[in-house]
Amino acid sequence: MVERISPLGEAFRPGTYGNLVDGPGVTLTEATPAAIAEASAFPGSAEALLGAIETVTGLSLPATPGAGAVGGDAAAFAIGPGRHLVAGAEGLSASLQAAVALDIGTVTDLSHGRAALRIAGPRAEWVLAKLFALDFSPAAFPLSEGRATAHHDIFAHIQRTGGEQFDIYVFRSFARAFWEEICAAAAETGYEVR
Amino acid sequence: MLIPCPHCGPRDLSEFSYQGDATRTRPDPASTDMKAWHDYVYNRPNPAGPHREYWQHAGGCRTHLLVTRDTLTHEVQAVAFARAALNDGAGKP
Repeated sequence: MVERISPLGEAFRPGTYGNLVDGPGVTLTEATPAAIAEASAFPGSAEALLGAIETVTGLSLPATPGAGAVGGDAAAFAIGPGRHLVAGAEGLSASLQAAVALDIGTVTDLSHGRAALRIAGPRAEWVLAKLFALDFSPAAFPLSEGRATAHHDIFAHIQRTGGEQFDIYVFRSFARAFWEEICAAAAETGYEVR
Repeated sequence: MLIPCPHCGPRDLSEFSYQGDATRTRPDPASTDMKAWHDYVYNRPNPAGPHREYWQHAGGCRTHLLVTRDTLTHEVQAVAFARAALNDGAGKP
Protein backbone atom coordinates (compact mmCIF):
# COMPACT_ATOMS: atom_id res chain seq x y z
CA MET A 1 0.00 0.00 0.00
CA VAL A 2 1.36 3.38 -0.98
CA GLU A 3 1.76 5.72 1.96
CA ARG A 4 -0.41 8.80 1.59
CA ILE A 5 0.67 12.21 2.78
CA SER A 6 -1.58 15.23 3.24
CA PRO A 7 -1.97 17.33 0.09
CA LEU A 8 -2.16 20.45 2.28
CA GLY A 9 1.57 20.37 3.06
CA GLU A 10 2.93 23.54 4.63
CA ALA A 11 -0.44 25.27 4.20
CA PHE A 12 -1.73 23.23 7.16
CA ARG A 13 -0.65 25.19 10.23
CA PRO A 14 -2.49 24.38 13.48
CA GLY A 15 -3.42 27.43 15.51
CA THR A 16 -5.97 30.22 15.63
CA TYR A 17 -6.13 32.95 13.01
CA GLY A 18 -8.17 35.88 11.77
CA ASN A 19 -10.67 37.95 13.70
CA LEU A 20 -10.76 36.37 17.15
CA VAL A 21 -12.77 39.06 18.95
CA ASP A 22 -15.60 36.57 19.54
CA GLY A 23 -13.33 33.52 19.47
CA PRO A 24 -12.94 31.31 16.40
CA GLY A 25 -16.23 31.03 14.48
CA VAL A 26 -15.19 27.83 12.71
CA THR A 27 -12.76 24.97 13.08
CA LEU A 28 -10.96 23.71 9.99
CA THR A 29 -9.52 20.20 9.79
CA GLU A 30 -8.49 17.72 7.16
CA ALA A 31 -10.92 14.81 7.34
CA THR A 32 -9.76 12.65 4.43
CA PRO A 33 -10.97 9.11 5.20
CA ALA A 34 -8.90 6.02 4.47
CA ALA A 35 -11.08 5.10 1.50
CA ILE A 36 -13.23 7.10 -0.90
CA ALA A 37 -15.13 5.49 -3.77
CA GLU A 38 -17.69 6.49 -6.33
CA ALA A 39 -20.43 3.94 -6.91
CA SER A 40 -22.49 4.39 -10.08
CA ALA A 41 -25.52 2.43 -11.18
CA PHE A 42 -26.26 1.36 -14.73
CA PRO A 43 -29.69 2.57 -15.96
CA GLY A 44 -32.47 0.89 -14.00
CA SER A 45 -30.16 -0.46 -11.27
CA ALA A 46 -30.16 2.47 -8.85
CA GLU A 47 -32.09 0.59 -6.16
CA ALA A 48 -29.86 -2.48 -6.45
CA LEU A 49 -26.78 -0.27 -6.04
CA LEU A 50 -28.23 1.30 -2.88
CA GLY A 51 -28.75 -2.22 -1.56
CA ALA A 52 -25.10 -3.07 -2.21
CA ILE A 53 -23.95 0.13 -0.46
CA GLU A 54 -26.12 -0.78 2.54
CA THR A 55 -24.73 -4.32 2.62
CA VAL A 56 -21.15 -3.03 2.77
CA THR A 57 -21.49 0.10 4.91
CA GLY A 58 -24.72 -0.47 6.85
CA LEU A 59 -25.91 2.92 5.58
CA SER A 60 -29.48 3.07 4.33
CA LEU A 61 -29.78 5.69 1.59
CA PRO A 62 -33.13 6.90 0.27
CA ALA A 63 -33.32 7.02 -3.54
CA THR A 64 -33.90 10.77 -3.60
CA PRO A 65 -31.61 13.45 -5.05
CA GLY A 66 -28.95 14.61 -2.60
CA ALA A 67 -29.87 11.98 -0.01
CA GLY A 68 -27.10 10.79 2.27
CA ALA A 69 -26.30 8.95 5.45
CA VAL A 70 -23.59 9.26 8.06
CA GLY A 71 -22.55 6.32 10.21
CA GLY A 72 -19.84 5.62 12.72
CA ASP A 73 -17.14 4.68 10.24
CA ALA A 74 -18.70 5.44 6.87
CA ALA A 75 -20.59 8.18 5.04
CA ALA A 76 -22.34 8.21 1.69
CA PHE A 77 -24.41 10.63 -0.37
CA ALA A 78 -25.85 11.04 -3.84
CA ILE A 79 -23.79 13.19 -6.22
CA GLY A 80 -25.97 12.58 -9.28
CA PRO A 81 -28.77 10.30 -10.46
CA GLY A 82 -27.65 6.78 -9.55
CA ARG A 83 -24.20 8.02 -8.47
CA HIS A 84 -22.92 8.04 -4.90
CA LEU A 85 -19.77 9.07 -3.10
CA VAL A 86 -18.95 6.57 -0.36
CA ALA A 87 -16.27 7.21 2.24
CA GLY A 88 -15.04 4.94 4.99
CA ALA A 89 -12.36 2.74 6.43
CA GLU A 90 -9.49 0.96 4.73
CA GLY A 91 -10.73 -1.75 2.36
CA LEU A 92 -14.06 -0.07 1.63
CA SER A 93 -13.43 0.24 -2.10
CA ALA A 94 -12.54 -3.44 -2.46
CA SER A 95 -15.61 -4.49 -0.45
CA LEU A 96 -17.85 -2.30 -2.62
CA GLN A 97 -16.29 -3.62 -5.81
CA ALA A 98 -17.00 -7.15 -4.62
CA ALA A 99 -20.59 -6.30 -3.63
CA VAL A 100 -21.59 -4.43 -6.79
CA ALA A 101 -22.25 -7.03 -9.50
CA LEU A 102 -21.06 -6.29 -13.01
CA ASP A 103 -24.61 -5.83 -14.29
CA ILE A 104 -25.56 -3.37 -11.53
CA GLY A 105 -22.92 -0.71 -11.84
CA THR A 106 -19.33 0.32 -11.32
CA VAL A 107 -17.16 1.26 -8.35
CA THR A 108 -14.22 3.61 -8.81
CA ASP A 109 -11.66 3.94 -6.04
CA LEU A 110 -10.93 7.63 -5.46
CA SER A 111 -8.99 7.26 -2.20
CA HIS A 112 -5.86 8.80 -3.72
CA GLY A 113 -7.75 11.27 -5.88
CA ARG A 114 -9.82 13.24 -3.38
CA ALA A 115 -9.20 15.08 -0.14
CA ALA A 116 -11.86 15.89 2.43
CA LEU A 117 -11.74 19.21 4.25
CA ARG A 118 -13.96 19.67 7.29
CA ILE A 119 -15.44 22.95 8.45
CA ALA A 120 -17.33 22.99 11.73
CA GLY A 121 -18.68 25.62 14.06
CA PRO A 122 -21.43 28.18 14.47
CA ARG A 123 -20.27 30.23 11.45
CA ALA A 124 -19.67 27.29 9.07
CA GLU A 125 -22.79 28.00 7.00
CA TRP A 126 -21.84 31.67 6.73
CA VAL A 127 -18.30 30.91 5.56
CA LEU A 128 -19.43 28.30 3.00
CA ALA A 129 -22.09 30.66 1.64
CA LYS A 130 -19.25 32.97 0.59
CA LEU A 131 -17.76 30.25 -1.58
CA PHE A 132 -20.74 28.43 -3.09
CA ALA A 133 -24.05 29.62 -4.55
CA LEU A 134 -26.01 27.17 -2.40
CA ASP A 135 -28.48 27.50 0.46
CA PHE A 136 -26.65 26.04 3.48
CA SER A 137 -29.49 26.55 5.98
CA PRO A 138 -30.56 23.37 7.81
CA ALA A 139 -33.99 23.51 6.14
CA ALA A 140 -32.52 23.49 2.61
CA PHE A 141 -29.46 21.36 3.39
CA PRO A 142 -30.41 18.90 6.16
CA LEU A 143 -28.08 16.66 8.13
CA SER A 144 -26.37 13.90 6.09
CA GLU A 145 -27.51 15.25 2.72
CA GLY A 146 -24.94 15.98 0.02
CA ARG A 147 -24.55 18.45 -2.84
CA ALA A 148 -22.40 18.43 -5.95
CA THR A 149 -21.26 21.90 -6.91
CA ALA A 150 -18.20 23.89 -7.89
CA HIS A 151 -16.20 26.86 -6.65
CA HIS A 152 -15.16 28.40 -9.96
CA ASP A 153 -13.36 25.44 -11.58
CA ILE A 154 -12.81 23.48 -8.37
CA PHE A 155 -15.46 20.78 -8.22
CA ALA A 156 -16.69 20.10 -4.71
CA HIS A 157 -18.90 17.42 -3.19
CA ILE A 158 -20.27 18.66 0.10
CA GLN A 159 -21.99 16.65 2.85
CA ARG A 160 -23.44 17.98 6.09
CA THR A 161 -21.95 15.50 8.56
CA GLY A 162 -23.10 17.27 11.73
CA GLY A 163 -25.43 19.98 12.95
CA GLU A 164 -22.80 22.63 12.25
CA GLN A 165 -20.31 20.54 10.30
CA PHE A 166 -19.64 20.00 6.60
CA ASP A 167 -17.16 17.74 4.81
CA ILE A 168 -16.01 19.08 1.45
CA TYR A 169 -14.47 16.60 -1.01
CA VAL A 170 -12.25 18.22 -3.62
CA PHE A 171 -9.76 16.91 -6.16
CA ARG A 172 -6.59 16.18 -4.25
CA SER A 173 -4.46 18.36 -6.51
CA PHE A 174 -6.75 21.33 -5.78
CA ALA A 175 -6.95 20.67 -2.04
CA ARG A 176 -4.14 23.01 -1.00
CA ALA A 177 -5.43 25.92 -3.08
CA PHE A 178 -8.95 25.36 -1.83
CA TRP A 179 -7.78 25.05 1.77
CA GLU A 180 -6.15 28.46 1.50
CA GLU A 181 -9.38 29.78 -0.03
CA ILE A 182 -11.41 28.50 2.95
CA CYS A 183 -8.90 30.00 5.38
CA ALA A 184 -9.20 33.38 3.64
CA ALA A 185 -13.01 33.16 3.72
CA ALA A 186 -12.94 32.25 7.42
CA ALA A 187 -10.61 35.10 8.46
CA GLU A 188 -13.63 37.35 9.03
CA THR A 189 -15.15 35.00 11.63
CA GLY A 190 -11.83 33.80 13.04
CA TYR A 191 -10.83 30.16 12.64
CA GLU A 192 -8.94 27.43 14.38
CA VAL A 193 -6.90 24.91 12.42
CA ARG A 194 -6.40 21.55 14.07
CA MET B 1 -29.39 32.96 -15.35
CA LEU B 2 -30.46 30.06 -13.14
CA ILE B 3 -31.18 26.61 -14.54
CA PRO B 4 -33.39 24.44 -12.30
CA CYS B 5 -31.56 21.11 -12.54
CA PRO B 6 -34.02 18.24 -11.93
CA HIS B 7 -31.51 16.60 -9.58
CA CYS B 8 -29.73 19.52 -7.89
CA GLY B 9 -32.34 22.28 -7.90
CA PRO B 10 -31.77 25.82 -9.21
CA ARG B 11 -28.09 26.46 -9.93
CA ASP B 12 -26.07 29.28 -11.42
CA LEU B 13 -25.28 29.30 -15.12
CA SER B 14 -21.55 29.00 -14.37
CA GLU B 15 -22.07 25.36 -13.32
CA PHE B 16 -23.46 24.41 -16.75
CA SER B 17 -21.92 24.01 -20.17
CA TYR B 18 -23.85 24.40 -23.40
CA GLN B 19 -24.07 21.22 -25.43
CA GLY B 20 -25.83 22.45 -28.55
CA ASP B 21 -29.12 22.74 -30.35
CA ALA B 22 -31.56 19.97 -29.44
CA THR B 23 -33.90 20.48 -32.38
CA ARG B 24 -31.80 19.04 -35.18
CA THR B 25 -32.03 15.39 -36.19
CA ARG B 26 -29.15 13.50 -37.72
CA PRO B 27 -29.72 12.10 -41.21
CA ASP B 28 -29.47 8.36 -41.73
CA PRO B 29 -25.73 7.61 -41.46
CA ALA B 30 -25.94 5.81 -44.81
CA SER B 31 -27.39 8.89 -46.47
CA THR B 32 -25.34 10.71 -49.09
CA ASP B 33 -27.78 13.63 -49.28
CA MET B 34 -25.30 16.50 -49.10
CA LYS B 35 -27.94 19.11 -48.40
CA ALA B 36 -29.34 17.12 -45.43
CA TRP B 37 -25.85 16.71 -43.95
CA HIS B 38 -24.97 20.34 -44.58
CA ASP B 39 -28.13 21.47 -42.81
CA TYR B 40 -27.45 19.09 -39.91
CA VAL B 41 -23.88 20.23 -39.41
CA TYR B 42 -24.04 23.94 -40.23
CA ASN B 43 -27.52 25.43 -40.52
CA ARG B 44 -29.15 26.78 -37.37
CA PRO B 45 -32.47 28.65 -37.28
CA ASN B 46 -31.30 31.01 -34.47
CA PRO B 47 -34.84 31.73 -33.24
CA ALA B 48 -35.78 34.84 -31.25
CA GLY B 49 -37.94 33.08 -28.68
CA PRO B 50 -38.24 29.59 -27.21
CA HIS B 51 -35.38 27.27 -28.11
CA ARG B 52 -34.70 23.64 -27.20
CA GLU B 53 -31.10 23.01 -26.30
CA TYR B 54 -28.83 20.61 -24.42
CA TRP B 55 -26.93 21.69 -21.35
CA GLN B 56 -24.64 19.63 -19.15
CA HIS B 57 -24.59 20.27 -15.40
CA ALA B 58 -20.81 19.90 -15.53
CA GLY B 59 -20.21 21.59 -12.18
CA GLY B 60 -22.80 19.49 -10.37
CA CYS B 61 -24.45 16.13 -11.00
CA ARG B 62 -22.88 15.96 -14.49
CA THR B 63 -26.10 14.88 -16.21
CA HIS B 64 -27.14 16.22 -19.59
CA LEU B 65 -30.33 18.26 -19.58
CA LEU B 66 -32.87 19.19 -22.21
CA VAL B 67 -33.70 22.84 -21.62
CA THR B 68 -36.31 25.05 -23.29
CA ARG B 69 -35.01 28.60 -23.03
CA ASP B 70 -36.36 31.87 -24.40
CA THR B 71 -33.44 33.44 -26.26
CA LEU B 72 -34.90 36.94 -25.81
CA THR B 73 -35.47 36.89 -22.05
CA HIS B 74 -33.32 33.91 -20.92
CA GLU B 75 -36.42 32.58 -19.17
CA VAL B 76 -36.03 28.83 -18.70
CA GLN B 77 -39.42 27.38 -19.57
CA ALA B 78 -38.78 23.66 -19.12
CA VAL B 79 -35.97 21.37 -17.95
CA ALA B 80 -35.74 17.61 -18.10
CA PHE B 81 -32.99 15.00 -18.10
CA ALA B 82 -31.82 14.33 -21.64
CA ARG B 83 -31.91 10.60 -20.83
CA ALA B 84 -35.69 10.13 -20.79
CA ALA B 85 -35.68 7.19 -18.34
CA LEU B 86 -34.26 9.42 -15.59
CA ASN B 87 -37.31 11.69 -15.68
CA ASP B 88 -39.48 9.08 -13.95
CA GLY B 89 -39.34 9.86 -10.26
CA ALA B 90 -36.89 12.77 -10.55
CA GLY B 91 -38.42 15.57 -8.47
CA LYS B 92 -36.92 17.64 -5.67
CA PRO B 93 -33.53 19.31 -5.50
